[in-house]
Amino acid sequence: MTFIIIKLHLNNLIMEEGKQLESFEAKIAAGHKIEPKDWMPEAYRKQLIRMMSQHAHSEIVGMLPEGNWITRAPSLRRKAILLAKVQDEAGHGLYLYSAVETLGVDRTELLHQLHTGKAKYSSIFNYPTLTWADIGAIGWLVDGAAIMNQTALARGSYGPYSRAMVRICKEESFHNRQGYEIMMTLAKGTSEQKQMAQDALNRWWWPSIMMLGPSDDQSPNSDQLMRWKVKMESNDAIRERFIDRTIPQAEFIGLTIPDKDMKFDEKTGHYSHGKINWDEFFDVIKGNGPCNAKRLKDRNDADKNGRWVRDAAIAYAEKQLKEKQAS
Amino acid sequence: MSNDSQWPVWEVFLQGNPGIPHKHVGNVHATDAEMAIQNARDVYTRRSEGISIWVVPANAISASSPEDQGAFFEPSNDKPYRHPTFYKIPEGVKYL
Amino acid sequence: MDIQQAKFQYLLRLGDSSLIIGHRLSEWCGHGPILEEDIALINIALDFVGNATSILAYAGKVEGKGRSEDDLAYLRDEREYRNLLITEQLNGDFATTIARQFIFDTYMYFLYEELKNSKDETIAAIAQKSHKEITYHLRHTTQWMFRLGDGTTESHERLQNGLNDLWMFTSEMFEMDEIDALLISEGIAPDLSIIKANWEKRVNEVIAEATLQIPTTLFKQKGSREGKHSEHLGFLLAEMQYVHRAFPNATW
Repeated sequence: MTFIIIKLHLNNLIMEEGKQLESFEAKIAAGHKIEPKDWMPEAYRKQLIRMMSQHAHSEIVGMLPEGNWITRAPSLRRKAILLAKVQDEAGHGLYLYSAVETLGVDRTELLHQLHTGKAKYSSIFNYPTLTWADIGAIGWLVDGAAIMNQTALARGSYGPYSRAMVRICKEESFHNRQGYEIMMTLAKGTSEQKQMAQDALNRWWWPSIMMLGPSDDQSPNSDQLMRWKVKMESNDAIRERFIDRTIPQAEFIGLTIPDKDMKFDEKTGHYSHGKINWDEFFDVIKGNGPCNAKRLKDRNDADKNGRWVRDAAIAYAEKQLKEKQAS
Repeated sequence: MSNDSQWPVWEVFLQGNPGIPHKHVGNVHATDAEMAIQNARDVYTRRSEGISIWVVPANAISASSPEDQGAFFEPSNDKPYRHPTFYKIPEGVKYL
Repeated sequence: MDIQQAKFQYLLRLGDSSLIIGHRLSEWCGHGPILEEDIALINIALDFVGNATSILAYAGKVEGKGRSEDDLAYLRDEREYRNLLITEQLNGDFATTIARQFIFDTYMYFLYEELKNSKDETIAAIAQKSHKEITYHLRHTTQWMFRLGDGTTESHERLQNGLNDLWMFTSEMFEMDEIDALLISEGIAPDLSIIKANWEKRVNEVIAEATLQIPTTLFKQKGSREGKHSEHLGFLLAEMQYVHRAFPNATW
């Protein structure tokens, strides 16, 4: 008897869940956003937490390779622009963490995952910024690639993520332009400056096209994520668009894309690129990139050194509250 | 020693221009109201987006839930007489 | 020394102090105690760099030798820099940075309040704009004085140590020489003894409310008026200027 009741109950639950899934998918198909308190499948929630927190961590870790050039920026104008830009990245990290928090994971936990190496961030920030031109290359290529991805994600189904993306895209286009402006100025400058620009392009090109993620045949699970509008486009489609847009920009300032096999395909109307070194990509993701250890150490140090400050602010606020209640 | 903490969350509302209502823009972490206002200023008005800021501890906000949607908001759908367009006024009658 | 030369030197003092303290603050980028404070520190650094740019651009004009703000920032050596010694001191821990910022922000707040009335229109206009920014900086650092001073035992100790270490650089801020005398008589610059009285009053109040002690350091450092700096400035400038200097005559 009990068994039957449990079984009935379970059936009801499954039916209930089936109905909820149906209405969830219908909502998304109709172009509505899913909000934090709405019912959502566990897989949707998990995938979003993974994607959004990776995205947030990338913004924060991304402050390091660029931030270390603020003190060396070659003009006061460039220094101010770079400060404003890196500040934006911090702001973007903040918007994204707060979007993840709507799914019930708090920032303390998210940062713990980053600091212990459990959470990933974009592979690109594990490459070093060696010259001033790297700041140009990051703005032009890395932010350029990121924008491709983010404009797509702004149409995604999860309300808080999509709204954060809209805001981020608006701010990000200045980043892209200032990077291109740096490269253009260098390319038009002295021969040493032009060489510096070309060298930066040579080093950042491949990591930039890799950062858009593994090619579609190696990226499983995409169908459901596309249907749920968690992912909006395949990695290869975004990569193709990025390459198509970037090549003419490089040509315009007289720089050469470091890919001998790159050519325009009349039939498809797109550029086809040479073989991507995916071994390198997965190696960097695994933690073996040139700067993985340094980036993680810097983040951990900041967190550890900031602990007493965070504690002090809480202690002070508690004291103030007690005084207020006493009076 | 207590657990490490990224501080409590405060929801942020900005007034974009004089005369219009404050609008929710996001949140910040802070230990007191003054800090929340300053953090909101630094995070959400970097491009002159606001002239006034409200901050509210996130845990002080109560919200209706998605399940309430039908009971709360649908009943007003069948009361078209609350809208001025429901009433037909002959042409030529002014100031109505 | 004529007024023009005096004004040029005076502008270097103002501009260099902002540039150097802005540089120090920007070193915090990505290393702050919490994301929100990282953003706040970068914001303040950005204001300082902006203020330095306006002042150095004007200094170049006053000098009349065709030097731009970048020429002045990137192509002068330590001995030609006129920033206050306190601005070049190392960040140390967050408490030391807050102590440095509080000491300097309070000074700058009262100084720029007076500079708003300068008979030199450009200086008055720059001060008008900058004073709004400084008002905010001071509010930010003052709050941190209270939080750290009256927070935990550790934060209290750290902040008191920071104040003690930096106190020897405070009296230099109010030193006056013939440049000040000349510009005061012309109504271009304020009498620093007035600034000093305001500064002392405010600093004493905040330190008391933050449950801290006024340091008893008697030894005083000075020298920035003649370009005699601490050893820190050389390293700072080496970092700041190297790209610019490695490519002479390049534009960026």
